[in-house]
Amino acid sequence: MAETICRSLRDGGLEGEHAPALTIKDTLASPFGLHVFTHVLSQLSSSILAGKSQSRGVVVVSFSRSPSFYADLLRRRGADVSSPNKWIRILDCYTDPLGWKEQQLKEAGNFADVSGEASPSSGLARVCSNVRDLDKLYSLILELGIGLVGQGKVRFSVAIDSANELLRHASMSAVAGLLTNLRSHDQISSIFWLMHSDLHDVKVTSALEYMSSMVASVEPLSVAANGLKGDTENLSLLEQNFGKGKFLARLKRRNGRSEEFRIEQSGITFTSVSSQEGIINQGLVPKVQFNLELSEKERIERAKVILPFEHQGNGKPIEIYDGRRSLAENKSGETSALVGNSQRTENSGEGEIIYFRDSDDEMPDSDEDPDDDLDI
Amino acid sequence: MDQRSSNLLEEAIGLDNHHRHQAEDAAAAAEWPLSLKVVLIEDSVETSGSFVLHHLIKRALSPQSSNVIIFLAFSQPFSHYDRLLRKLGCNLAAQRDSGRFFFFDMLQLQSPGRNEGKTSDGGFCELYRRIQKTIASLPEKYKKQVTVMIDDVSLMEVAAFGSSQHVLDFLRYCHTLTSEFGCSFVALNHEDIYSSMESPTFLLELEYLADVLIKAEPLATGLAADVHGQLTVLNRGICNPTGSFVSKIRNFHFRVKENTVDYFYPGSRT
Repeated sequence: MAETICRSLRDGGLEGEHAPALTIKDTLASPFGLHVFTHVLSQLSSSILAGKSQSRGVVVVSFSRSPSFYADLLRRRGADVSSPNKWIRILDCYTDPLGWKEQQLKEAGNFADVSGEASPSSGLARVCSNVRDLDKLYSLILELGIGLVGQGKVRFSVAIDSANELLRHASMSAVAGLLTNLRSHDQISSIFWLMHSDLHDVKVTSALEYMSSMVASVEPLSVAANGLKGDTENLSLLEQNFGKGKFLARLKRRNGRSEEFRIEQSGITFTSVSSQEGIINQGLVPKVQFNLELSEKERIERAKVILPFEHQGNGKPIEIYDGRRSLAENKSGETSALVGNSQRTENSGEGEIIYFRDSDDEMPDSDEDPDDDLDI
Repeated sequence: MDQRSSNLLEEAIGLDNHHRHQAEDAAAAAEWPLSLKVVLIEDSVETSGSFVLHHLIKRALSPQSSNVIIFLAFSQPFSHYDRLLRKLGCNLAAQRDSGRFFFFDMLQLQSPGRNEGKTSDGGFCELYRRIQKTIASLPEKYKKQVTVMIDDVSLMEVAAFGSSQHVLDFLRYCHTLTSEFGCSFVALNHEDIYSSMESPTFLLELEYLADVLIKAEPLATGLAADVHGQLTVLNRGICNPTGSFVSKIRNFHFRVKENTVDYFYPGSRT
């Protein structure tokens, strides 16, 4: 699924359509959203560098990590991020989001470029010192992107590493407006953002999900039965969810599937779930006290049961007990049936239904309508 | 025995690498293993986690390391820490005079939020600048080895008149110090304050920030005479830009004694 997502971000949007948008969300129980984010980012960068993607550049809006973090990361993955490059720019909302440092420099009478001091590769990053002003942020993103690819029909991608920070500084509607504006811009090929979903109300999370064409959610492999948060008392559970988790992807056009992922030295690896059905069932069936699953033995035995009408038509004359046979006949049949029963129970799990009329007073089971004198 | 068992905590945090490096080469020995990292200590009323903080102070100021601590004290006066650290064998007053321990007494000073006219940022902007100036004025050899400590974050929220947004802004700015100067950042917080909330956003934000999360909890089985609680250390090591990915999880019991703390695995005590 991770492949599919990266591919559709790479392919970008069609003319007159909104750009594909991806929400990556995680929770504290499995806080590996950033890994997924960097994975998607580096996949996208490598396809940009190879010239395979619709977009020719990417603008990273960094809130939670410093620009040098992304520069190092991409360099480690073999991408060229030296400053005169033509494919990546970082809008640095991490270093000075509220303008504290800028103000300080101004007071000191030093108007030097803040970004030069903050990051070693100053051509790469640009500091945004007021993240509360989303209009400014929007125009800065466009400026950086268009600076990369130039005016015209060439497109670029946008990556936002924390929608939470955006939401912390601005209202929900303002953030939604920003994201929609970005999506509908002609020159934007694709956009993706990371969000920690437990920091916000459900309505905020779902609003962002509505705006995206794909949702990738990172979930723990096993969930604590009692608490909202991972309970430290349950250490084994923590250990189980440490370094690996479940990756669920939902694409607007079709249902998503799930994958497992594992964090390793070199980054994140995805493996498709071997028995998908099992994993999905585990996720969907609510936790109940009794067992809804069948063991292998139970499954075999269930397969052996012949349903009441299933055995008919296997060569023997069809006999339907209509209750008209006399009691004497039944009695002789009963003994043989009992004998037969005891034999049968020994060798198989076959079942049968034996029914005796209590007395002749009981109405026979026939096609005759007992109420045919009723005039309706 | 004492040396080894106290290493259980150090090993979990990743401090024991220090010794190994020291043997290998001197340059690496000077490197503080926690640099660039955010350490969050969470405790509760029944089980105080402040001893972990004290241990980290002692460790950072030990003669082998050349660390500088900037300490924001919201909960206790200097004399308290001085007495405590003296018992652990570390003279805070001397360290303060020699310029390795900077104590910001937030009790005595006007708490940041009380400054009228500075309400837009709760006064935290000013505090941040003081920290930054302190770091900038350090001699070159100490500059890369700064640890900012906060005791404790919940009282910081009180000082900001309950505005957790301001505290978060401040903490974010402190986080930029880690990437800018290679600082480390240690904060103590109380978990049970947020236990009644359905979604303790502030606590969660802090936990997302943390690279190393240390939880001090009472024993699940109830009180015991010779075990004072358990520590769970989650060492995520996620955002280590050097590419080394160390992540581990440890759980062990502890017993706070007069001068030391014993750390031991569950059941290993007779």
